[in-house]
This record gives sequence, C-alpha cells and structure tokens, in this order.
Amino acid sequence: MKKNLDAGSEPEKESERESLVEHLAEIKIIAKSIKRNVTLMEICGGHTNIIMKYGIRDLLPDNIRLISGPGCPVCVSSQKDIDCMIELAHQGIPIATYGDMLRVPGSRYSLDDARARYGKVFEIYSASDVLKLKEKYPDIVFFGIGFETTAPMTAFLLKNKVVVYSVHKLVPPAIRLLANDPTIKIDGFIAPGHVSTIIGRKAYDKIRIPQVITGFTPERVIRGIRLLLELIRDKKAVALNGYPESVREDGNVIAQKMLKEHFKISDSEWRGLGNLPLSGLEVKDDSLNAKKVYSDILKKVPEPKKTACRCGEVLKGLIEPVKCPLYRKLCSPENPVGACMVSEEGSCAISYRYGI
Amino acid sequence: MCYAAPAKIIKIDGDSAKVDYGGLIKIINVSLIDNPCLGDFVLIHAGFAIEKLDRKSAKESLAIIKRELKRLGMDEKKS
Repeated sequence: MKKNLDAGSEPEKESERESLVEHLAEIKIIAKSIKRNVTLMEICGGHTNIIMKYGIRDLLPDNIRLISGPGCPVCVSSQKDIDCMIELAHQGIPIATYGDMLRVPGSRYSLDDARARYGKVFEIYSASDVLKLKEKYPDIVFFGIGFETTAPMTAFLLKNKVVVYSVHKLVPPAIRLLANDPTIKIDGFIAPGHVSTIIGRKAYDKIRIPQVITGFTPERVIRGIRLLLELIRDKKAVALNGYPESVREDGNVIAQKMLKEHFKISDSEWRGLGNLPLSGLEVKDDSLNAKKVYSDILKKVPEPKKTACRCGEVLKGLIEPVKCPLYRKLCSPENPVGACMVSEEGSCAISYRYGI
Repeated sequence: MCYAAPAKIIKIDGDSAKVDYGGLIKIINVSLIDNPCLGDFVLIHAGFAIEKLDRKSAKESLAIIKRELKRLGMDEKKS
C-alpha cells in the first residue's frame, strides 16, 4: 500500500490517477474476499459531496454499500432550536449566524425572512466577524452551529463575552449510536477530516468499529474506503488516520482546552437521531447562554408540528433523498422544506446538485 | 462545507494574522493554534487557523490554489 499522503490533489496528475486505479482494483479484490454485503457510512458533508460529485458509489463492487450519515450540522439541528432562534430574531434581538442557517425553514418562517422583516439578522463567514458586530449591537446573540470544528471558534466568542445559543454537537457519540443501531448494520465509518483535526485520531478509539479518517480528494476518499475494507476483512475494530498532514494523534489541544473552558457536555436533540446523551456542547456561563438569558421568550416557543419531510431518515442513512415524497416535487434548493435541502452539506442538496 | 484551506502566515498581530493563500491575501484568527510564527503554513476553516501544516504538503496544495487563482484572475499580487 502506498504511503503517499500528499495534501494537494489533482486528478490530472499521473500518480494520483495511478493511485486511484490501484485502490479501486484492490477494493474489488477485498470485496470479493469478504463475500458478504458490507455497509459503510461517511459522516461529513464534505465527503458526501466528493462521493456524489465523482460518482464514487458507482465505482464500488455490488456488495459494498456506501450511505451518507448525519454529517451536516445545520441538518441535525432540531426544528425546536431553529424555531427558538427565529423567535429571538422576531423579538428584535440582533442575531449573527453562519450563512447556511439563514434559509432553513422554521415552523413560521426562516431567519432570512426574519432578516427581511426585522433587519437585525447578520450573516457571518467567520465567528471573529461577530466581535465587530458586537461593537454596534452589544446584545447580539451568536447561533453556535457545527461539530467540533467550529465549536472552538464559538468558544473564542464566549471568551470575548458574546452571548451564544449553542446547538454544537459532538461526532463520536453519533458514530457510537449508529454503530450500535441494528436497523442500519454499519460495518465501518469514513470519519470526518476537520472534526478530527480538532479531536485527534485517538478520540475514536473508544468506539469499537473500523473507522478511517479521510481527506477531501476523490483519491483520498477511495483510499479511505480501501483501508476501511481491509480493516473489515481482517476484523480489526480500530481507527486509522488517513489524513495525517492535517490530523494529529491528540488533535488540537488548544482548541480542546477552549472547549473545556467555555462549554459543558450535555444531552442534545439531533434531527433524525433523537435525544443523544452527552452529545452536545452547552454554554457553561449562564450569563452568556442565550437559552438562560432569554428563557422568558424561549419558553413560549411551541413544539414544532410534524411535516412530511423525511430529513430524519435521510440523516440516519435509512433512506436516500429520492425516497422522500417531497424530493424534487415540493422540496428543492429554491423552495426547501427541510434542512437537508438547505445546507450545502445536506444529503438532499448534494443529491439535487448532482442530478440524482 | 467542512473544507479547509492551507495558507502561509505573512504577518501576525495578536490574535489576527495576514495569510497568503498562494496569491489571495486574507486576515484570519490564530488564537486556536500554538505559537503561530511568520512563515508557518496553517490549515484554515471559517476564518480560523485550526492546525499547523508541514511545509511540503502545504506547498503542494498552495501551488494548485495559486494556479487556479491566476487562471481566474484573482491573484492579488498580480494586481
């Protein structure tokens, strides 16, 4: 097996193409030796995008099934949390959020609609932009979305006394739940790249199932699949680092320290997975926790009504987007019904983008 | 999206740093990495450096980015 782990990737390069061909040939041999049906899952919207864009599922042998998991933090945010943030905007409280949350439909309307009505909803590219906004709007609330990659950036804001509504979630508890789910029967995971930059390879050791941390080129993803199938063939329930140029054994210790300092681990509501124990990050300091500061407003937000949207099943890999009755009929990127169609990392948006 | 890009630190000012993405210059936050130095290559996500990179792999990625920026006419150094 080649140990070439170049960070750059270019399909036109001869060595990359040779690697791809070699990996695919080896995958065929391994799949034949395993014989039985195997299910792999990727847990990162960036990997889902690569897989769909390059048609990687179609390159795999028939007994190897690759399904998409809950790799989109916008998509796994609960409808109730989204409704709560929209209610804060409705009450005139200045809100700052990453762009992909703006168009997620709330039970009444979206944050984008709230921006049109009330004005004080600000789209930011980087959490550090919120500090400039705070100079003009001292009571601004930041919608803290994301897994472990963006949570340290929210911690930076908490350090700078910004009030936060946190829906940050942790990837390893989700992998553990899915690994133990008898309805899906996953044999191995393609673990996320930049979440792993923060948490480190060893964070996955406690989950006893084959996992490979993978980079973001087609060659890397296919190599990751090959490594994963080798682990499954050899019955090795270990986590490999297939992205060592960006992921260390212990991860980013400074970022982890920031998380410990400003967040506490809490139970969290995941769209599609339900309430997962100890799978979220809650703001430690009550005076900076929007859920406490604005509890009087938020306690009046009603429970969301059920819709025909099947995002929850898509997120768990139970169905493909095409199986949702709304997909491409009532639900599209222009008129999304569910979060999976809004976010660039959502499985439905990705499938739609590549004409699936 | 969960992608991140490599860049070279060309100036540091407290928590902020000016970085060169192979022709595109931006200001980012370096408070999440240990001892950022001039000339370091870092991995950047959503405006924050999240890890230092080894020179060889960072330079290869940057060469591709630089070529694409030039092709798109977004090379700031050129203008």
